Amino acid sequence: MADFLQQCVAGLSAGAIYASLALALVLIYQFTGIVNFAQGELAMFATYIAWTFIDAGLPFWLALVLTLAISFAGGMLIERVIIRPVEGAPELTIVIVTVGLFIFVNAAAGWIWTFLIKDFPNPFPDGALRAGGVSVGYATLGILAVVGAVMGLLYLLFRHTKIGLGMRAVATNPESARLVGIRVGWTLALGWGLAAMVGAVSGVLVAPLLFLEPNMMGGVLIYAFAAATLGGFDSPLGAVVGGLIVGVAETLAGAYVDAIGSDLKIGVPLAIILAVLLLRPQGLFGRPAVERA
Amino acid sequence: MRRTMRRTTAASAAALLLASAAAACGGRDEGGGGSTAEGRCEGQQTTGITDESIKLGGIYPLSGPASAYGDIPKGIGAYFDYVNAEQGGIDGRKVEFVVRDDGYQPPKAVEEARRLVEQEQVFALFQTLGTPSTTATWDYANQRKVPQVFVATGASKWGTDDKHPWTIGWQPNYVSEARVYAQFLKQEKPNAKVAVLFQNDDFGEDLVGGFKKAIEGSGITIVQEESYEVSDPSVEPQMRDLAGSGADVFLNVTTPKFGSQALAADAKIGDWNPLHIVNNVAASVTVLEPVGFDNVQGVVSATYYKDPNDPQWANDAEMKLYRAKMKQYAPNADPAVPYHAFGWAVASSFHKTMDAAECKTREGLRDSMRNLANVQVPMLLPGVTMQTGEGDGFPIESMQMMRFEGERWQLFGDAIDTRKAFGPVEHP
Amino acid sequence: MKTSTAGTPGTGARTEPTARDRATAFAVRHWRPILVGVLLLVALRAPFELVPFRVFQLTMVMVYAVALIGLNLLVGHAGQISLGHGAFFAVGAYGTAAMMYHWDVPYLLTFPLAAALTFAIGLALGVPATRLRGLYLALVTLAIAIFLVPLLKRFESVTGGSMGLTLEKPAPPSWTGLAPDQWLYFLALAGTVLAFAVVRFLLRSRVGRALHSVRDNETAAEVMGVKPASYKRLAFAWSALFAGAAGCLYTWTIGFVSPDSFTVNVSITLLAAIVVGGLGSTAGPLLGGLFMMFVPSLSQDINDAAPGVIFGLLIIAVMYVAPTGLAGLPGRIAPWTTDKILRKR
Repeated sequence: MADFLQQCVAGLSAGAIYASLALALVLIYQFTGIVNFAQGELAMFATYIAWTFIDAGLPFWLALVLTLAISFAGGMLIERVIIRPVEGAPELTIVIVTVGLFIFVNAAAGWIWTFLIKDFPNPFPDGALRAGGVSVGYATLGILAVVGAVMGLLYLLFRHTKIGLGMRAVATNPESARLVGIRVGWTLALGWGLAAMVGAVSGVLVAPLLFLEPNMMGGVLIYAFAAATLGGFDSPLGAVVGGLIVGVAETLAGAYVDAIGSDLKIGVPLAIILAVLLLRPQGLFGRPAVERA
Repeated sequence: MRRTMRRTTAASAAALLLASAAAACGGRDEGGGGSTAEGRCEGQQTTGITDESIKLGGIYPLSGPASAYGDIPKGIGAYFDYVNAEQGGIDGRKVEFVVRDDGYQPPKAVEEARRLVEQEQVFALFQTLGTPSTTATWDYANQRKVPQVFVATGASKWGTDDKHPWTIGWQPNYVSEARVYAQFLKQEKPNAKVAVLFQNDDFGEDLVGGFKKAIEGSGITIVQEESYEVSDPSVEPQMRDLAGSGADVFLNVTTPKFGSQALAADAKIGDWNPLHIVNNVAASVTVLEPVGFDNVQGVVSATYYKDPNDPQWANDAEMKLYRAKMKQYAPNADPAVPYHAFGWAVASSFHKTMDAAECKTREGLRDSMRNLANVQVPMLLPGVTMQTGEGDGFPIESMQMMRFEGERWQLFGDAIDTRKAFGPVEHP
Repeated sequence: MKTSTAGTPGTGARTEPTARDRATAFAVRHWRPILVGVLLLVALRAPFELVPFRVFQLTMVMVYAVALIGLNLLVGHAGQISLGHGAFFAVGAYGTAAMMYHWDVPYLLTFPLAAALTFAIGLALGVPATRLRGLYLALVTLAIAIFLVPLLKRFESVTGGSMGLTLEKPAPPSWTGLAPDQWLYFLALAGTVLAFAVVRFLLRSRVGRALHSVRDNETAAEVMGVKPASYKRLAFAWSALFAGAAGCLYTWTIGFVSPDSFTVNVSITLLAAIVVGGLGSTAGPLLGGLFMMFVPSLSQDINDAAPGVIFGLLIIAVMYVAPTGLAGLPGRIAPWTTDKILRKR
């Protein structure tokens, strides 16, 4: 039993990683209505920026604040420079632009910082909390706390601010939003900036566990997609719960189902997603899209 | 009216096509049109080599997820630039080294191999990287009779196969490496219970398979094995499972990033303290350092070339030369990156092999690389030499065990020649 | 803007059309069949004029083009986004390899068999696919592509595990007098022409019209009596079929399959290629194939240190210049050039 609980904890700690990036994906989807393939790479790039500051001798928290500010500005800049020219093009065109961005950022990071593994300091203390034969690392607890806080802030932003209202209007119908006086371009740029910032938090959180190198987020991105799909692309809570479910499910399946084993364990969250989508196409926490025929 | 027009156009186009196809029949002669040698080596291919120059082509992943290996050609390039500038080239021939990117994709590797051989007219393919890319290209290289020298992969098939005399490996193959660990365990822990973490690809399978074979009939047993995919974010879940296996030895068969993760996980799991064997691919100091030196004390591995991060080589003549020339000819490349040293070592090995060739032709290179007699390469460890011959297609088969102490690897024991200890590697 | 010149009467007196004018008019009216004819002529002549390396490159362009024809059918004509097209490509390639390796099936027979196999799988997977739309279908297909790699490694007895399978490439029959690379080229050419013909036939049939109506307005289509689900499923299966056929051509050309050749990147690259080439256009798959083949090496020529930087930028640049893909580019330039030509007359 203790072993089982320990496996669940391991799954939660993996799930927290997926959830952190899934939040950024949900955020940008909310603002712009597109899936950003480059989100993970932007997070990785931001982590390198933080690493550069820390390497230069800055204290961790100062480096983090600077990185978040740069990420926010960088995200907005990307929207202005790279996405703006294709605004109004078919949705798929924009998605492919993010694929190009993915390839570009990944290669650029390798070019600037080489592919050698970098050690990233852990903001949380070493060691673990032990209770009833189960130990939970402080790092895991720390990530869960930060992810929870980001989720709460996003919820407030979405539901209780004017920006959130404008954002929802833009994502639903940019033309009508423009007509009622919302600055659509500004809102989209804000979405990219915020998503880049949330992504940077994710990168800084996971780098101490995964080690920093240009392909750090590649594997996480797939799971984050899974998490966001499972929870619903329009719900921050869904993204987090989805991430945790995916993490726990794959860990348990890998540990206890011999036929699956560690090589095929990725199939488990995928099967769950498929099942959820067939029963609830809007995801666990999403709202069904109502279409006017 | 429009309809009929279209019909007639289509019909006439079809007729034209047929006519031209008929006219076009008759293939093309597949000579390649390469030049041949005169005199003693008459009739042998001299494509890509003259008295003043020699052109080589290498294929590496410069883009995509395996780009880390793209550092190898920088070390090679620095070596050749140095030899060209300061020694007048290899035996008076200036080396031109053309590097192409295959992104670790076999079809791209085939394309680039054809480009190098047919368009660039290289003398030899000097290194293709990775088992998949090399497997996809070796039929072509052997049909065209182009040497494919010192491929950068440790799969055992480069040495055991007898249908591809033009292709040869260089680094100790994964099976030999596994044998070194097995022999070490037989002496140190004859009843070891081993837990294995391996990358689920040709590299992991070859090494683990070789290990299983090498421990047959001994008291050593594998109690649990876990695999991971290169697309996995982390190997921590696998490590947790292995920790519950009760093993007293952990065999870490990973590539660098996952190697760091596994070392860190081993350190973090407090109640499991196995003897940690990390394979050579992930044994660089650059993999261990991010984990924290405190956490990797006592880890063992095996090696065959000098790690530029290891202080014990600080005053080594070849290492000093390497550092100086890297600074001079590849100022943007960090000499501490072990891939650069690997490139330097393999380029220097090529230099020696070319020197030993009686005929400076493709055939001459093939014969030379298949008849290496105890060739010393300064970047290799003392006691490790290149040796090939009839029935032995593995240039390097010796490795030395090392243990991590303080901030450096400490070599111990003698260089183990796996040929002597285990006999030749068999065809899988 | 469109009306500015088209209807403007000439200033001078109209002269009788000369022979040259008539030829131009003919060419303008029938530029499509003429272009196809010329392309085919060039395609038939090319392997005798080019070095084998170029012949190989063109062979691979056609392999990718066949796969992209399938993706175009699904994404461009049926409006369904798939990020798992590489998985069907892999199944076709592996199916062909397994048939040739284990059961010595004559290679020409593997082509229809691989196509049938992927069609069947596509039909089966099409059941859930029809229930998902847009983004969700994209993610589920992505999941399939990811899952396939460890799955291929697991069933070692059939797939050769992580080592893959190495095969003899199809040899040219002696009566042709062709070199091996030329023979493979003509096999790929035949496959490509067949694929273009089939998809053209398909799109002009009831199926094609139904697909377009479903893509453009699903509800309206349903009202008109088209069952969206069954047509979407059919589109999914047909697109898988083309991917499978392309996979077969791939195995013939490369002679080696391994799980690492079919990572999820292949699927993403294919989707990028068809969008870059031009969704919903006939030329799109061919242009996409050319992009996949030639732009990565071009990127390396521009920046040796980090080819990915250039490749990423080029994808973005193409989307700027031609948001509807390269096939739409002449359409963007054409009104302007025809204008010029007409004004000259």
